[in-house]
Amino acid sequence: MIRLENITKVFNQGTVNENTALRGVNLRVKEGDFITIVGSNGAGKTTLFNTISGSFHPTSGSIFFNDEDVTRMPEYQRAKYIGRIFQDPLLGTASNMSLEDNMMICYKKGFKGLKISLNNKMRHKFREELKVLDMGLEERMEYNVQLFSGGQRQALTLLMTVLSHPDLILLDEHTAALDPKNAALILELTDKFIIERKLTAMMITHNMSHAIKYGNRILMMHKGEIILDISGEEKKSLTVEGLVKKFYDVKHEELTNDELLMSHE
Amino acid sequence: MGEMNYSLFFIDTFLLERTLVYIVIMQFFRRGSLQVEIIKDITMIEGIFVEGLIYGIMVLGVFITFRILDFPDLTVDGSFPLGAAIMATMIISGYNVFFALAAAFMGGIAAGVVTAVIHNRLKVPNLLAGILTMTMLWSVNIRIMGNRANLPLLKNETILTDIVSWTEGIIPSDYTILIFFFFVAMAIKFSLDLFFRTDMGLTLGALGNNEQMVISQGVNINVMKAIGVGLSNGLVAVSGAFAAQYQGFADVGLGTGIVVTGLASVMIGEFIFTSNKIVVLTFRVIIGSIIYKAIMYLGRYYGYHIGLTPNDLKLLAGLLIIACLMIAQGKKRNYFRRWKNDQA
Repeated sequence: MIRLENITKVFNQGTVNENTALRGVNLRVKEGDFITIVGSNGAGKTTLFNTISGSFHPTSGSIFFNDEDVTRMPEYQRAKYIGRIFQDPLLGTASNMSLEDNMMICYKKGFKGLKISLNNKMRHKFREELKVLDMGLEERMEYNVQLFSGGQRQALTLLMTVLSHPDLILLDEHTAALDPKNAALILELTDKFIIERKLTAMMITHNMSHAIKYGNRILMMHKGEIILDISGEEKKSLTVEGLVKKFYDVKHEELTNDELLMSHE
Repeated sequence: MGEMNYSLFFIDTFLLERTLVYIVIMQFFRRGSLQVEIIKDITMIEGIFVEGLIYGIMVLGVFITFRILDFPDLTVDGSFPLGAAIMATMIISGYNVFFALAAAFMGGIAAGVVTAVIHNRLKVPNLLAGILTMTMLWSVNIRIMGNRANLPLLKNETILTDIVSWTEGIIPSDYTILIFFFFVAMAIKFSLDLFFRTDMGLTLGALGNNEQMVISQGVNINVMKAIGVGLSNGLVAVSGAFAAQYQGFADVGLGTGIVVTGLASVMIGEFIFTSNKIVVLTFRVIIGSIIYKAIMYLGRYYGYHIGLTPNDLKLLAGLLIIACLMIAQGKKRNYFRRWKNDQA
């Protein structure tokens, strides 16, 4: 469904600060894939997401969505196919607007016309959907989003993203800014939504055990390259030790990134 | 809870009429000319409301850019006299007055779109883009008025003379104008309320708050900004067109300091009540505009007691904004402290 061919991204090309963030990345995402991505800081995970979503264009290489070349397509046009959730819970919702207004804005992608779509039928629908989150938000639909906690806002962003039926969901460490309890809750919800609604998703995480526990495919990135791509049965039987060993076998260097090895559970 | 104290201060200015009656009585004892003073004060109150409503249309525009879009737009200083210039020129050339008003509205929209395009295409900061358009509009406005800086409208038929002649003998002309502007301001306010409940309106609301979110919804934010800033300047131009008819002339200098007036009015309105309902937000904008005009009238008529002249009014307007900012900042700090306590 999504195909990356030889994607290279160089920042500050031709200056002393030149920095190659992606080196010839090739990737094929199939429909229904739930891919987890691990890698140390500076491995190019977020750059990969920014390239897929169109926040910036790659230095070379091409990106295809359903065989359509979207390499030069601006971000807002690509956003019709992509739902992206950021680490910062504030980026997914508009603080000074009510919960129902936020849901209405995110309900349908693309140009917004002069129709008043937010009616009681819609409110009823939103209320039913909010009950899935089990946070009592369905009783607070007229409240401004800024009154909610980070966990509630991220859960809301997740729900709104799922409701807009994107072809691909990009989760950029979307639980990293939350406390452990909320992070676990959001992660469970994410897993549930993706499996129940048969969505295609890519999730960046710093937590190796999460990367192994969730999804059907795991990618490990290192210095701008995808060095491991494990799926199927092999993924199911994977352990953190096994992953570290595989990393050593490929790169012949020790995986010493504390943050990466640390599991929060 | 600094909020309470400050709002009390503004409720005081809100009870303007009572204050005025007090001042009138005081002057009666001092001078013994009650009748003259009452007539003066009634026309003054009527003037405050009419001007508050006319400028309220402009403040609605400023509210859209500054508060909803978070796009501090200085085009306003040019699009206000642009509306006045288009209106006056077309009235003098004998066009239908309502057609002239529509043209002023379109002219304002065009000015706003120019600012948005400069900002979007050339990646210029929005303040600078607004200043560029505003500066260019100075020349454009003089061109529109036929290379003159001022166009008197005293002998021409305007919307106001039309309305007054229709209701002649039924309602006194001063009240006709007051009622007319009340309905115009309310009609514009309610159309805006409706607009901000549409999908496009909601998206504009989100744009000022969270650009990334709007991009993520597959919306071209450049187009959205052009629509928002265009609409804002369209309203400002309509306000300018009415101001020209009310004052009886269009002048190229009419727009100097309009942004400040608008911003001060928006801020004053924000002290009255807080809400997230657009119906309330637009309403308090108009109330803010009327209170601002009242403060300026007080400054003009009674400021001489403390040595103020009309030339000091701009200073007064600026100080008013600074006072509003200081109060708002105090509020925010309190709010933050409360939030921190909740977290702990």
